[in-house]
Order: sequence, then structure tokens, then C-alpha cells
Amino acid sequence: MATIELRQVEKKFGEAHAVKPLDMTIKDGEFIVLLGPSGCGKTTTLRMISGLEAVTSGNIFLNGRDVTWLHPSERDIAFVFQFFALYSHMTARENIAFPLQAQGENKAEITRRVAEVSNMLKIEHILNQRPGSLSGGDQQRVALARALVRKPAAFLMDEPLGALDAEFRETMRAEIKQLHLRQHATTVYVTHDQIEAMAMGDRIVIMSNAVVQQIGTPAEVYHDPANLFVARFIGSPGMNLVKGQYANGIVNLPGGSKIDVPTLYRQRLENALKDTNGEVIVGFRPEALRANAENGSCNAKVYADDLHGGFSMLHLELADGIIVHGRMGRDVSYPIGTHFIFDIEPSMIRFFHPKTEMAIHANGSGQ
Amino acid sequence: MAATSQPQPGYYVNYSTRVDKVGLRPRINTAIRAIIAVIITIIVLIPVVWLGMTAFKSRPDAVASPPRVFFEPTIEGFVFLLTDRRQLSESEIAEYRERTDLSLPDQIVLERGQAIIGQSDFGRQLLNSLIIAGASTFFSVFFGLLSAYAFSRFDVPGKDDLLFFILSQRMLPAVVVSIPVFLMYREVGLHDTHFGMILLYTSFNLSFSVWLLKGFIDEIPREYEEAALVDGYTRLQAFRKIVLPQAVTGIAATTVFALIFSWNEYAFALFLTSNVARTAPPSIPTRLGTGGIEWAAVAAGSLAFLIPVVIVTFALRKHLLRGVTFGAIRKG
Amino acid sequence: MSDIRLENITKRFKQVTALDDISLHVNDQEFFVLLGPTGAGKTTTLRVIAGLEKQDEGHIFFDDMPVDTLQPADRDTAFVFQQYSLYPNMSVYDNLAFPLRSPLRKTPENIIKQRVTEAAEKLRISHLLERKTARLSGGEMQRVSIGRAIVRQPRVFLMDEPLSNLDAKLRESLRVELKHLQKTQGSTSIFVTHDQIEALTMADRIAVLNEGKILQMGTPHDIYDRPATTFVATLVGTPRINLFNVQRNNGSLHITSSPLHLPVPAASIPEQLLLGVRPEDVRIEGDGSFDGTVALIEPLGVETIVHIKCGDQTLLSVVPGAASHRLGDAVRFNLARERLHYFDVGGSRLI
Repeated sequence: MATIELRQVEKKFGEAHAVKPLDMTIKDGEFIVLLGPSGCGKTTTLRMISGLEAVTSGNIFLNGRDVTWLHPSERDIAFVFQFFALYSHMTARENIAFPLQAQGENKAEITRRVAEVSNMLKIEHILNQRPGSLSGGDQQRVALARALVRKPAAFLMDEPLGALDAEFRETMRAEIKQLHLRQHATTVYVTHDQIEAMAMGDRIVIMSNAVVQQIGTPAEVYHDPANLFVARFIGSPGMNLVKGQYANGIVNLPGGSKIDVPTLYRQRLENALKDTNGEVIVGFRPEALRANAENGSCNAKVYADDLHGGFSMLHLELADGIIVHGRMGRDVSYPIGTHFIFDIEPSMIRFFHPKTEMAIHANGSGQ
Repeated sequence: MAATSQPQPGYYVNYSTRVDKVGLRPRINTAIRAIIAVIITIIVLIPVVWLGMTAFKSRPDAVASPPRVFFEPTIEGFVFLLTDRRQLSESEIAEYRERTDLSLPDQIVLERGQAIIGQSDFGRQLLNSLIIAGASTFFSVFFGLLSAYAFSRFDVPGKDDLLFFILSQRMLPAVVVSIPVFLMYREVGLHDTHFGMILLYTSFNLSFSVWLLKGFIDEIPREYEEAALVDGYTRLQAFRKIVLPQAVTGIAATTVFALIFSWNEYAFALFLTSNVARTAPPSIPTRLGTGGIEWAAVAAGSLAFLIPVVIVTFALRKHLLRGVTFGAIRKG
Repeated sequence: MSDIRLENITKRFKQVTALDDISLHVNDQEFFVLLGPTGAGKTTTLRVIAGLEKQDEGHIFFDDMPVDTLQPADRDTAFVFQQYSLYPNMSVYDNLAFPLRSPLRKTPENIIKQRVTEAAEKLRISHLLERKTARLSGGEMQRVSIGRAIVRQPRVFLMDEPLSNLDAKLRESLRVELKHLQKTQGSTSIFVTHDQIEALTMADRIAVLNEGKILQMGTPHDIYDRPATTFVATLVGTPRINLFNVQRNNGSLHITSSPLHLPVPAASIPEQLLLGVRPEDVRIEGDGSFDGTVALIEPLGVETIVHIKCGDQTLLSVVPGAASHRLGDAVRFNLARERLHYFDVGGSRLI
């Protein structure tokens, strides 16, 4: 059992806030991802949970036990580092056995546990090699084995895939996730890569500038971002965000495009936009565009057409300097400069307040 | 389940390895650290302060046992350091006592029955130190910089062996070769010459210079110069405009270390100089007066000797701090 | 702007052959990408073109003129490094002006000012001109690096993974800008990267390198749709291509360790081969001809990667939007026959 709870946990370096007071509850067996750009506070938060960093104020609970001031070794957690942190003068086997030796386990038990995790991670064949002669992916597997061998209450991982080549990253991502599905161990995972976060997380905690922006499942943060930051950060590319003018159930976008506002949103918009004179920010993801040459309500000029492999990404200029992205199949090509007429899938349109940057939710769906 | 632990103010040991970490109670920590720093500084400075005091003591005060902390200051030490004197006969002493045109120094030496006949050679020796140490520091840093750059950037054949050879020179205690060098110098007529000493000090400093500076230059990314090369600069210009400004801290650190070595050097100075090129270190301890060593004069000489190096180090202190920590703390 | 031709370039470092008989031709105004994993030789190729390394064999031509004996300064190329290209003790303006102030060029100050302000505008860094470079963000620094190359108005831009050290989001936006800049300037550019998305989206043509050799050269479509080797096939495309060992027996192809069978596409197919299927060509359909179980689900929002276990093999499939399947569900799927890739056991494309 390993629930982790953070209550008003805060970190300051001198006067600068690295993490503003944050509350978070991680359920037993959950794979939670701390996501954000460099410097947002995610790594600091992880380090506070581990004990490698002292909190400035607030409390951390592990299974109901207040661990805020405990030494990292007393918290029953295992830490996996981005740059593996393997002991280069020891073999892989000795690296994995190390934590158990430090705890004073007997030799037979150590051998058994090492064999168990090596089998799980399929690294039996490299146990006698030194880290220096192993590939990045294998090194990270050894680092994972070293964390696993202790059977800790929780795993803390600090961008473990960051130092690996792209092909390893995909494989290791699936491996770590499958490991989690089998072990059901509570895991806190830090990354700046939103694709990793979406693929692996049960829930994602998005941070920016020391503040939590949104906590939600991948589907929630993708389809219902709480603010402009989340809308931009999640998805590659991020959500298209265009400033428009709302009046009588229609939003007018620059360049003459129009969007029909679904009835669900109309009342909310009228209320929320009172102080902006009707100005609103419309958000829609690239896959929400539907080509409609006959009677589409939006039009733009093709600025660029990129092949992404299985699909194409169109860069469309609505008006001077305002570019949106549309995800299209590869079969049709769109030459630069041609006119593109389209609609936006109504269920995929979102609205944001231009001043507060917060999402404006549909009627009856809460804050 | 293990018992919960309560936070103890000031008790929590921070395991963070980040340089900019802040302790649990910053105010208490800083105060404790300040006190410890002051105590250590006092302990380190006591000999220097004692030296300074001794320079201004009279002869009996200087050798008093137990040591005198409170005393009446006098410039006796300096006078005996900077003047040559002769012993006066009984009649001359009486005669001098009558005179009213005696300056303070004259009066002081008269107390001992002596008269000043001129300046001692200490001033000249101090000047020799300045010239020899200064010149050798300059040359060792200059040539060291060029060699270090070459070792760092170019594929010199036998580079590793050469570098080790240079390093091995540092392992050589100066005293061991002082006799052979003495014989060599006497043979070629370099004994007791400024040039000879500068040459010797430069050679010895070079090994240190090259190693230290190579370390600093290695830290300067090659891309800087390569970008300049591609942009149309010659290598020498790239060196001047890009590498040099970046290497300033390294050069400052190397200069200070080289200067300190040359300045304090004793063994070679003792063997290889006598009159013309004698530097201060061998001469300071030999300030003889009537009845033994003039301790106040020795202290005065040491104090005067300290000052130039202190000034240089103080002037370069900002660079030194950066230079010493440069390799250790790097943003990832 | 120039066209660049490399003929049989070989470069060795002590025991290692970094470049092995490389020949390629970059057309004037083309955006040419060298793609490959770390250590493939792409950076070495770039440095040889710039003159920062000298090749052991082979020749380099700029507009049909051999440049082998020319110093880097005389080749008139601009180099953008991955990092450390800005001089920290100078302002942004001085950094941009630095190449023009070189004694080789002797540009008068008013021309310098003009070019610098133009470049700053194009890269949207005009507001940073007076700042010291140490106080810029990663993205701003790379913009200045690119600006420094632009002011030179060189014959060719050489860029060595300039976006690799930036955050994913920054990389996306700078990528589009760079491509647009190149298209509007009409500058010949050679761009090195290990990121296949960068290669596919930015390049007019790509050369895939590995271990000092060129494996394939072509447009992004060529590389993606008709990879010449299994290495190229796995390198390009996310999620990575599914690759299987296949045996031919009794008139059909059988994927080892699985119950999957496929018809033989041509008589020339050998007994043993490798089969590649891209995840978007593994289509989960109610009436699919094959069965499997869901082993893992990776929801990416715009699409979902479904790992399907079939026998002892696992196939990756992408499903648009969200997948309604759960772990352990049985699924049926099809393989888009016309989009299969056949390779011999050595890894070379068959048909």
C-alpha cells in the first residue's frame, strides 16, 4: 500500500519560489506524471517527495505516515535518475545488489532477488558487464532493476528516458508501463515530454512556473484543458488558439472565418465575456478541421504543408500572421498559396477567457 | 509501522546536493557559519598580525619572553633594515650626542652607538625580487598560454608523453638541482644575473602554467573558435578575440600562483645569486646586527616583502574566486 | 547560393572510419537533411564541407569548383552549432555583427547595422539586441545563432542539430520558422539531425546515414513510403514500424511465432524474409481477418497506440482518437496489403 499525499508543500530558494504551495493526493498503485517545461518545479517536487530536497513548508505523507523530515533512506522509496547514476566500477549485478547489501540482506536472498528482477527486465545476459560497456537502454534497465529490487512502497523517476535515443525511448516507455501494470506499484514520474506523459500516466499533473496548472487523466487534459497553457502544452502541435469576437451565437475569426457556437456554450459565453466586450479565444485541435470546399464556414491560405509520415500537417494562414494547424490525410496535397475552406468539428471547439486565460466550460459542467 | 519523526528546528540535515540549497533555519545557519569563518580567519591571521607587531617593536620587546602583546611602537626595525651603519668610537658617540641636527633614524642608531653610513641593499634586493618574479611570471604565463592552447586544440604528436614530461618537472624539488644548475650557470656566466634567474624561474613555472591553463582552455568550447574560423577570422584572431577574454580567470589564477612561487623562491636565490641579482628572501633572515639577528628588522623586511603579493592577489581576487571554482560548478 | 557536391568522401579518425565513400549532391536553394543516429557520421560530413576537418579521400565542389584546399574562412559557409555558438561576453548585436567584422570581409559599419537589423527582424529578436547573450533563453539563443548565420549571406547554411537541445515545444515552433525562413530566403541549407520528424517536415530531400555510409537518399515521401533498408524503415516513423521474421511455405507467408498468414505478393520473394508494417497500416476492424489481444494502451489524445499480442508477437497499431478497448480485450484487425514492406534477411528492400 502506498498512497502519497502532499499538503501545502512549498519550496523557496531564498525569495524565489521553486514550487508554490501545492496539494496533491496520489492513490495506491497509481502512475502519476509530473509534466512541464524546464524550470517549472516538477523535479523539485519529486526531490521533496524523495527527501533529497527539504521542503520550505508543508507536509508529505506516505501511507499516512508523516515523512516530511525523514532521511531519504527511511522513506521506503526508490529513485531512478535521468543519467542512470550507476556505479561505473561495479558490474551490473553488483549495482543491482547494492541497495540490498546496504540494507543488510543475506547473500542467498540477494541472489534470489537480483535474479528475479533481471528476469523481469530481461537483462540476465548483461549482468556481468560494467555500465560503461552497455547501451543507454540497457543501462536504464539496470537502473530500473536496482530500484525494483528493493520492493519499495513507491518509485520516483526523474526523466529516466531523457538521455536515451529516440528508438530506445519508445521501447523503454512501453516496458516501464508494462512493468507498472504487473507490479501495481505507486509511481511518480517526471518528464517534459507530453507524449510520454499522455502515453504512460493514469493522471497527469501539469506545472508551469512553480504552479500546478491542471491535474487530470490524459483524456481530460487533452480534451478539456483548464487554461491556455495546458491547451498549448499538450499535443504536438498544441491546440490552435485564435482570438475572435463573439456575438449572437457566432464567433468571428480574423480573415472572415466564422464559427457556430454550440448551444451548450452560449449562455456561459454571454456571462463570461461581459468584461471583454465579446472578445474570446477559440481553441481547436488540428484533427478538428474538416475540409469542406462547398460550404465551409472558415477559410484560410495554405502557408506550408508538412509530411509527418502517416499524415500531413497543414499550416493555414487565417489572416496576416495568424496561423493554425490542420491534420490531414496524406492523399491530398495542398500547394502553398491555395485557398482552403473548412469547418471545425463542433464537439471539439473550446473557449477561453482572453484575460484570465481560463477555460470557459459548457453549461452545467462545473467550474 | 515506524514512529513518525517530528521536525527539530535546526536539526534536519539537508541531503540536497544542489549548491544553492537553503538550510532549515537560514538565519541560524548563516550566523553559525559566520562565527566559524571569523574564528578560522583569526587563527590564520595571528602569525601575520604578530609579524606586523614585531616589525614595530624595539629589540628587547621583540625577543621578550613571555611575548609582549602591548609595547611601545618604534620604527627601529625599519631603520636597521634599510641602513648600513658603522660602529662609533666612544669619543664619536659623545660627539654625536651633542649634535642637534640628527634625524630620527640617526638618533635611533645612536642609541646603539652607531651611525648611518648609507642605505642598505635591501631596497635594491626588493626591487630585484620585483623584477625577477614579475618578469618570470609574465613569461611563464605568456608561453604557458600559447603552449596550453596548442595542447588543447591541436593534435600534437606525442602529446600525452609531452604533457607528462612537463608535469614530471613539477615533481622535481628545486633544491635537488640547485648544485648542478649552479655549476652550469657559473660556466656560462649566468651566475648572479637577472637574466639567469628569470630564465630559471620561467622554466620552473612553465610546467605549472601549462597544466593549469590547459585545464581552463579545455573548458572553453571549441565551437567558439570554429564559428569564428568559418566566419573568416584567422586562428590567431580567434584566439585573441574569443579565447583570451574567456580565459581571463584562468590567466589570473595562474599568474597569482606563478607569482607566489617566484616571489617566495629561496633555494635557487640563495645559491645562484650573491650581489647583483640577489632577491629578498635569502637576505631577509640574515639581517645581522650587533649581538645577533635583528628580529625587528627581519619582521620589517618580511612585512615589506608581503605587501606586493597581497596587493596583486587582492586586485585579482574576483578572478581568482571564479578561477578556482570554474571547473567544479557548471550548469548542465 | 550554391549547389554542393561530395564525391567519394572518406574520413578516418585513428582506427575508426567515420565517413565511408560518401557521395551526395545538394541542389541550389534546397533544404537538405542528413538524418541518422548518433555517431553515424552526419556531423563529420558537415564539418568536412565547412573545412573544419580535412577528408582523407574524395573531393568537394561548390558550384563545380573544388574547395578541398580552401580554409574554412574562404569557403563562405555559415555554421550553426548545436550549442556554444554565442560569445557570452558580447551583446546580441555584437554577436550578430561579429562575422561581418572579420578582417576577411571588412564590411563598413552602416552595412553591418543594416544587415543586423534585418536579420533580427526576420527572427523576431529585435527587442533583444542590447542584451548580453548570457541572459537569453534557449530558444532566443538559437535564434541569435541562426541570425549570425543569416547576416553572412553565405553560399550555404550548415546546421548541426541546432534544435536538439531545446524543449519539445520550442523545437516545434522553431522548426516551422526555420523552414519558412529557408523557403522565403531561398538559401541552400544542409541540416543535420537525429530527429526523424525534423527530417520529414523540413527537408526537400533527405540522406539517411549510418556508420559512415549513406543508406538512402530521397524526398521525405520516398524515405517514408519506400524505405530502402530495415534500418531506414525503423528510423523513420512514430510509432516505429512493426518488423517481423517471415517464412514462406506452401504459397503463403507466415509470421514466426504467430498465427498470422499473408499471401505471397510476388514470385521473387525468397524463403526467409523480413516484413515491415507501419502501425497506421494495422487496422483494428470488427471484421478483421486476424485475432489478437490488447496488451497495452497508450492514449496520446489525437490517436491511441494499441499493442496487440498475437501469438508470441506484439504488433503496434494506431487508432485515431480514443480507443474503446481495454487491457486484455480480444480484437480483430487487418493489415493493409498494399502498404506492406518486404525486405530480405540482410535488410534490403525486395519489391
